[in-house]
Amino acid sequence: MKREEVFERLNNVFRDIFDDETIVVKEETTSKDIEDWDSLEHINLVVAIEQEFGIKFNMNEVTSMKNVGEMVDIILTRVEEK
Amino acid sequence: MKELEYPFDVNYIIKNKRKIRKELLLKPGLLEKRIAILGGSTTSEIKNMLELFLLNYGIKPTFYESEYNKFYEDAIFGNEELDQFSPDILYIHTTNRNIIQYPTMYDDEKTVEEKLNFEYEKFKKIWDKLFSKFNATIIQNNFEYPYYRLLGNKDAVDIHGKTNFVTRLNQKFYNYANSTKNFFINDINYISSSYGLDKWANQFYWHMYKYAMEVPAIPYLSFNLANIIKSIYGKNKKAFVLDLDNTLWGGIVGDDGVENLNIGPEVPSGQVYTEFQNYLKEYKSLGVILNINSKNEYENAIAGLNHPAGTLKPEDFIIIKANWNPKNLNIKDIAEELNLGADSFVFVDDNPAERQICRDYVEGLSTPEIDVPENYIKIIDHNGYFEVTNFSKEDLKKSEMYKDNAKRSQMMATFDNYEDYLHSLKMKAEIASFKPIYLERISQLTNKSNQFNLTTKRYSLADIEEVNKDENYIKLYGKLEDIFGDNGVISVVIGNIKKKEELHIDLWIMSCRVLKRNMEFAMMDQLVKKAKERNIKTIYGYYYPTLKNKMVSNFYDLQGFTEISCDEQGNKTYK
Repeated sequence: MKREEVFERLNNVFRDIFDDETIVVKEETTSKDIEDWDSLEHINLVVAIEQEFGIKFNMNEVTSMKNVGEMVDIILTRVEEK
Repeated sequence: MKELEYPFDVNYIIKNKRKIRKELLLKPGLLEKRIAILGGSTTSEIKNMLELFLLNYGIKPTFYESEYNKFYEDAIFGNEELDQFSPDILYIHTTNRNIIQYPTMYDDEKTVEEKLNFEYEKFKKIWDKLFSKFNATIIQNNFEYPYYRLLGNKDAVDIHGKTNFVTRLNQKFYNYANSTKNFFINDINYISSSYGLDKWANQFYWHMYKYAMEVPAIPYLSFNLANIIKSIYGKNKKAFVLDLDNTLWGGIVGDDGVENLNIGPEVPSGQVYTEFQNYLKEYKSLGVILNINSKNEYENAIAGLNHPAGTLKPEDFIIIKANWNPKNLNIKDIAEELNLGADSFVFVDDNPAERQICRDYVEGLSTPEIDVPENYIKIIDHNGYFEVTNFSKEDLKKSEMYKDNAKRSQMMATFDNYEDYLHSLKMKAEIASFKPIYLERISQLTNKSNQFNLTTKRYSLADIEEVNKDENYIKLYGKLEDIFGDNGVISVVIGNIKKKEELHIDLWIMSCRVLKRNMEFAMMDQLVKKAKERNIKTIYGYYYPTLKNKMVSNFYDLQGFTEISCDEQGNKTYK
């Protein structure tokens, strides 16, 4: 899977979760950039992303990802492992 | 909304909850309720999901949510915010994570017993305290099984086992529930088993976020909870409308002939239908009414229902529509004949096209997405259409009552003059102040009546008990009996005395079973009599229009009242 494709699918998940069609996620996007992205919503986001890509994050990953770019790194590794 | 009925797509709901919420908030006539969630673990998503399912049932919740794991403190020591919130419902979301004193192998029997009582008393104290403070309904989780068994199978049997401990603690909760009104158990023990305990107890979610179950399981929990709440507020379904061919039996009676239908113990596919018929028949004991809606010749339908291996017989049904009319029209006819709203029905049909048409054309109808016959029961059951909260003895006789009504209609047809017909019924009314034995039924009636309901004010059992105790109310119930049977309590009037000589009628309802029997005039006579005894000078009546109560828009005019005001919403005041 290409990095661009991951971004595109990820972007759709974000738009659904936050019900905002204007969201465009980039490498450096963090929770500060999206109003409703708090720690509680982060859980739902993780669940939805796991579903979308058929993967599971481990605990360290969930707590350590600093921005969307790092999230995409993990997704790509997981997808390749499959 | 189909997306919020079982079987639902959890990922869709979690991903689209904001969109779904927005859409549901547009529904007219939402009933507002205040719900306090007192949690022993994270409750955020439980609240969000509960909101969706309740909105789908026409209930708009506002929430109070305790701080993380502050259920005990909030209940026992109080909390100003909670006090001011004045909840209608208190939901205590605790799980086996909130059990502090589990037994150990070192404990003797007495110590285990003490631990059990310690845990139980902790909760009992919470409930008693909340009941003393709030005029509210409490919903309490029982406990799910532990996710590991130190003693293996003996964990269930031995008093030192956690599984055994949880089972005994749950039993104590049930005893409390059985002896306490306005207290209900949210059975997460069952829901977690049905969902799959290993998945439910996915410890990732506990350690990461302090959720006591995995996030994808939350919709199942919240749905289960929403079913209890909608039932308390009288939003249960009341009746089945059932297809015949390939729904109640295998095969098509008109083509295959009765003798070739698939039903009975001989073959597996026949057993499935027998079991489904048995399941439906059990609902009669809950007061759920069975009806038929089938594209068939009437004779063939009856012949099929008389199949010797079938357990449902023609007399088990109130209305049988076996014809070639569109099914959505049949459902509307059935609703009209029974005097029920279309939203009271569950339509069961194996044909997805028929389901879709009826779903599209009959507003409020529930149409479960059944698939293969062996799943019919599971899918209907898990939808919680008929969740039992307040069961009154009248429910046992409901089917008979509807039958009596059908007989009355037949008899009416034999009279030219309506007055003569009324005389022939030899009606006997009993109108009196509330009595304790009827309070349950009275509360039920205030929540179920939509059409003959002047103010559509809903009263929980707790509310009715309050009114009953309060001397500033005149409260009447009416029962009606005739040659065909006893209709039970069918009308309720509550008047509030203000300034010593004014009576304000807060509630005036009557069951549609007894429309056009002049019962309302008898009730009014009695009310006026009672008012005179209390030296009331003026009686005020109110009519608040809803989508369903148009039939009583001129009720007070007919009773000889004078309209004194009418606002833009059509809310009228009479004197």
